[in-house]
Amino acid sequence: MNGFVMALRRDMVLALRHKSEWLTALFFFVIVTNLLPLGVGPEASLLRKIAPGVLWIGALLSTLLGLPRLFAPDHADGTLEQMALSPIPLPWLVAGKIVAHWLVCGLPVVLMAPLLGLQFDLPVRSLGLLVVSLMLGTPLLSAIGALGAALTLGLRGGGALLSLLILPLYIPALIFGAGAVEADLAGISAQGHLSLLGAILVVSVFFSPWVTSMALRIALE
Amino acid sequence: MLAVNQLTCLRGERRLFQQLTFELPEGQWLQVQGANGAGKTTLLRVVAGLVAPQEGEVTWRSQPIRENRDQWNRDLLYLGHHAALKEELTAVENLSYGLGLEGFSSSPEQLNAALHQFGLKDREYLPVRYLSAGQRRRVLLTRLLVRPASVWVLDEPYTALDVQATAFLSTVIETHLERGGCAILTSHQTLGLHPGRTVSLG
Repeated sequence: MNGFVMALRRDMVLALRHKSEWLTALFFFVIVTNLLPLGVGPEASLLRKIAPGVLWIGALLSTLLGLPRLFAPDHADGTLEQMALSPIPLPWLVAGKIVAHWLVCGLPVVLMAPLLGLQFDLPVRSLGLLVVSLMLGTPLLSAIGALGAALTLGLRGGGALLSLLILPLYIPALIFGAGAVEADLAGISAQGHLSLLGAILVVSVFFSPWVTSMALRIALE
Repeated sequence: MLAVNQLTCLRGERRLFQQLTFELPEGQWLQVQGANGAGKTTLLRVVAGLVAPQEGEVTWRSQPIRENRDQWNRDLLYLGHHAALKEELTAVENLSYGLGLEGFSSSPEQLNAALHQFGLKDREYLPVRYLSAGQRRRVLLTRLLVRPASVWVLDEPYTALDVQATAFLSTVIETHLERGGCAILTSHQTLGLHPGRTVSLG
């Protein structure tokens, strides 16, 4: 537990000294979701219809931006070796890093989303639901993404491979996350979507640190 | 006692070493010799437990390290080729997070004192980015003073050090051996240590 807090704190300190990194992810999210209404035109009913999908895809891609830097710098400078040889079990340290990645790349997106949702003419109720679905969904993206980042560690062209590997795994989160908001817009209960999203979140958060640690050990050999 | 039994390691098609056996009792040190590319670093990584050997095993106090990873990781201090330092962090932060990730706590005073011993006075709160290669190396080696461990596995510890730091590192290693620790290191330099065991690769 101590190691978890340590890894989390260390990555947060590093992120705060490297502001450009997470600001890029947030900026990307804002730009992508801003450009779309401009391109599609100001028809309110159409914008409302595409809003959940657009915002979710934006969130998904901006989380993806930070993933290559999750383990690569630590791998390059030897910190990862030290972590693998630590008396603290590696999954705890990895869990700390995953949470830090979410706080840096995921949480700002969640907080920014309702503001951006306004320009798609989303009603306030759906904005709330959008926040809830992203709150459940973005940690899931970080957890699954960490596994991809570990598997592609040290490979040439790892970035492109990472997207190919991870984006298909993001599809369930996208379907249920955007689906929840769409359902709400259509006047149906979003409970089912959110429950499924929560279930995937629990499973992936539980298993991801272990599986990611195994992948990291292989990458170090 | 650290024991290496019948170790064989392949890299691709190439056999780096085979049937390598040696023992290292407490209070002794071992120098791994060999030309560039002979497999010195790989041997150290196998001993540390980062790489699994094709055959053979490494045992620490009669227990295979892969089956008793917790105890081994507590007793082991491995310093590799890479500095394992973050350029954005200061020397003190680097050390304290490094120790924290290994479950050890430390006070800033203790870390400052250790950095002074390694000749890094007034450099404690500079981001490592502003330090020279030799100074970075010294920050890394300060871990030897603050991280308790009985087995030191050091890959080229003397690289980039000046005469004073080299001499100091040798006394640090000697003190560690006198306290009953043991050390494995690779180095191309003549070392100011009492004669130890050697293993030649290649």
